[in-house]
Amino acid sequence: MPSRVVLQQADISRALTRISHEILESNHGGSDLVILGIPTRGAILAERIGAILESIEPGSGTVGTLDITMYRDDLGRNLTRTPSPTRIPPGGIDGKTVVLVDDVLFSGRTVRAALDAMVDLGRPRAVRLAVLVDRGHRELPIRADFVGKNLPSSLAERIHVRVTEIDGVEEVTIEP
Amino acid sequence: MSRRILITGAVLADGTPTDILVSDGIVAELGTGLSDAEALAIDGAGLIALPGLVDLHTHLREPGFEHSETVLTGSRAAAAGGFTAVHAMANTSPVADTAGVVEQVQALGEDAGYVTVRPVGAVTIGLAGGQLAEIGAMAQSRAKVRVFSDDGKCVSDAVLMRRALEYVTTFDGVVAQHAQEPRLTEDAQMNEGALSSELGLEGWPAVAEEAIIARDVLLAEHVGARLHVCHVSTAGSVDVVRWAKARGIRVTAEVTPHHLLLTEDLARSYDARFKVNPPLRNQADVEALRAGLADGTIDIIATDHAPHPVEDKDCAWADAAFGMVGLESALSVVQSALIESGILGWADVARVLSRVPAEIGRVAGYDRGIAQGAPANITLVDPAARREFARGDLRGRSANSPYLGMTLPGRVVATIHRGYPTVLDGELRSVQQVAISKGKEGNESRG
Amino acid sequence: MRHLLSTRGITRDQAVQILDVAEDMADVATREVPRLPVLRGKTVVNLFYEDSTRTRISFEAAAKRLSADVINFSAKGSSVSKGESLKDTAQTLAAMGADAVIIRHQSSGAPEVLARSGWIDAGIVNAGDGTHEHPTQALLDAFTIRRRIHGQAARGKGLEGCRVTIVGDILHSRVARSNVWLLTCLGAQVSLVAPATLMPLAIGEWPVEVDYDLDHALSAGPDVVMMLRIQAERMHDAFFPNAREYSRQWGLDDERLARLPESSMVMHPGPMNRGLEISAGAADSPRSTVREQVANGVSVRMAVLYLLLAGAMEEAA
Repeated sequence: MPSRVVLQQADISRALTRISHEILESNHGGSDLVILGIPTRGAILAERIGAILESIEPGSGTVGTLDITMYRDDLGRNLTRTPSPTRIPPGGIDGKTVVLVDDVLFSGRTVRAALDAMVDLGRPRAVRLAVLVDRGHRELPIRADFVGKNLPSSLAERIHVRVTEIDGVEEVTIEP
Repeated sequence: MSRRILITGAVLADGTPTDILVSDGIVAELGTGLSDAEALAIDGAGLIALPGLVDLHTHLREPGFEHSETVLTGSRAAAAGGFTAVHAMANTSPVADTAGVVEQVQALGEDAGYVTVRPVGAVTIGLAGGQLAEIGAMAQSRAKVRVFSDDGKCVSDAVLMRRALEYVTTFDGVVAQHAQEPRLTEDAQMNEGALSSELGLEGWPAVAEEAIIARDVLLAEHVGARLHVCHVSTAGSVDVVRWAKARGIRVTAEVTPHHLLLTEDLARSYDARFKVNPPLRNQADVEALRAGLADGTIDIIATDHAPHPVEDKDCAWADAAFGMVGLESALSVVQSALIESGILGWADVARVLSRVPAEIGRVAGYDRGIAQGAPANITLVDPAARREFARGDLRGRSANSPYLGMTLPGRVVATIHRGYPTVLDGELRSVQQVAISKGKEGNESRG
Repeated sequence: MRHLLSTRGITRDQAVQILDVAEDMADVATREVPRLPVLRGKTVVNLFYEDSTRTRISFEAAAKRLSADVINFSAKGSSVSKGESLKDTAQTLAAMGADAVIIRHQSSGAPEVLARSGWIDAGIVNAGDGTHEHPTQALLDAFTIRRRIHGQAARGKGLEGCRVTIVGDILHSRVARSNVWLLTCLGAQVSLVAPATLMPLAIGEWPVEVDYDLDHALSAGPDVVMMLRIQAERMHDAFFPNAREYSRQWGLDDERLARLPESSMVMHPGPMNRGLEISAGAADSPRSTVREQVANGVSVRMAVLYLLLAGAMEEAA
């Protein structure tokens, strides 16, 4: 069976805009906000959210990346991954509200690793989680604060998030 | 066991088909259609009958290094490889520099009975290169030593070498030189060249061998003595020997099977099985050695069988001992390197592995090869066989063979030493079987 | 990567990958907690048959920053003798569950023997073997050069167009060998300068230019001048007449330093013989990368340990 498109470009764009508004609302404005994307596609989505925040409230779109390769709990079971750079904005994360951004929330292990990685970088006031797709099947007590789309799926299915910068197209597909 | 052996349908080295009847330790009859119902029958169909092989360069390690090899285990390895006589090098502990040691080694060889063991005497006391050993006493001993060598060490002192050459002349002896200029080869680990530079292993330059050979042939010419050059390994050495022979100098030279087949590239693995002295050289040297053998510049092939215990090879290259075992594989390697490439025929093999080494070592009974009335030293080889050379093919005490895992042609089917079998159907005869056969022949010859 | 035994035969992609990971590792050092949990539960053994405090502590720091357990095994001076001991030691370390063995050995090829032997199933890192190779030194040298040239934009880049002159005892130098293969693989042009006695035989087959005249080599204005340590004992083996002549002919003194372009880097793998192969002025000048090399050594060794140990087994490089 061929893969099925569940979000198209316009859907993704609308979801990110909504998430950005929700972030500002829950943070009571754009102060002390740091958006950290998890490479590779989470980092792209974080840039998008940062740009939207900036357009709504200038100065609120501080964006960085947080690589979690070294904090994964499945190292040694897979081939070695080349880590991506971690870029923390000049102000750091101490006392800030950090919004972690990833493309798909699945088992929760990536977010767990991200939380560990953040501990080594500083002490944020609060950490929130924004994802484009939540597909369920959590293995850890983790939930997202901002969700683009809930997409209940079977474990056998594969969900792909594609972004223009990397994949040349903008879509979310589900593949049996 | 019958005292007679009848080999039927074999082919001599020169290509002549023949049956061979061995009786009372000698070749009694040659020709086709022979029969003898009481003789031990060996079907020689498809086999080549070579005269028993003679090794001029063997390390039997006894006395002193029995954990590597003994006269008995080395003799068994030799018989398995088709040899009927070996020359036991002098670098034992104590060194074979007195009549006592050489007589002991010879007696151990007679007791074992697998091959004729001819001891080599040291040129200098303790191989130390300082003072001449009791060469005369060794020559006049029951062992009747004719070959003298400090092998493993070079007689580098020119005066000492001159004296040794002069001294042995009176009893028809020969000095077999391990040609290695010591200062040029301090800490040397492998052939010096691009590869040693890359691998960071200290180089053993060709000139260190060639310079000594050049000096020695001129010394031999000057004093009118006979010189033998051990394990020639470089193209330049072949040129020097060729020049010396053209000049009429009485020099003979040997090459090892490994220098005829293997090259320095094997050192790339840092696997110490390939560490040997002189070192493996490059392909051009291998070609020159083969050509030198083909045109008679190099007289003989000798194994330089050098057993070492596992711990001396299972270590970093520089910490490992030099040397390879070679008795069991020699004929197969010669077939692979020389027969299959058309450089030598089987008659040449009989010359370079039997008649001429016996002549250099003054071992009696090999001058006519397999001939009526000659002592029955015969090696039957199946040239069509092929096998992956394995640990089980090594019959001595040590396993430091560079050929393990390689596919080699040829197999020794039977070895007959002084008229009795030491190898039959490709299997070594037991110590007891050899002792019984030897006893009978011994009684016979004394009776 | 399964082992790191030499830089000979390493691909450009592999080399760039190691240098890129090292960039990330360098960032870690600047963080509040300069430590990653990535090798938690792994055991790294420093097996040193030769004294080299600086290399050992560099590897030790690297392993600890990756949260590995580190065991230092100094074979030198203990009852461990030559030969069989390498095998015995390897089997002991295997029984202790070593995941990686960093070996420094006086014999060329000892790490190769360890990797091939089957005595131990651990990743092997060559920390200098005889006069063969010292791959992590070359990697940190390449890393240092790349950072000086490209700064923050170094990731993904090689050393194309960079001209490196290596001066000194090439014959006995494992650092020179590893650098020749690695730097040329990364696109640099390498020239070697030494007295003819200290140049390896058949040097013409190496992918380098050869010069016997330091002043001539420096007149080309190389981007990097790498000075190798010269051991004074060499003069007893007639490699050169005496230290004074060596220093005059092949030493980087203040006057030669002044003739170099402003942008040229001066490197030295350490430890230095000030006043022999390098003057104090050259060693301490802003062009000298000697201290950066030390810091970068930890980052590069972290990258190597990470690539060796963090993933599932791959084919040997």
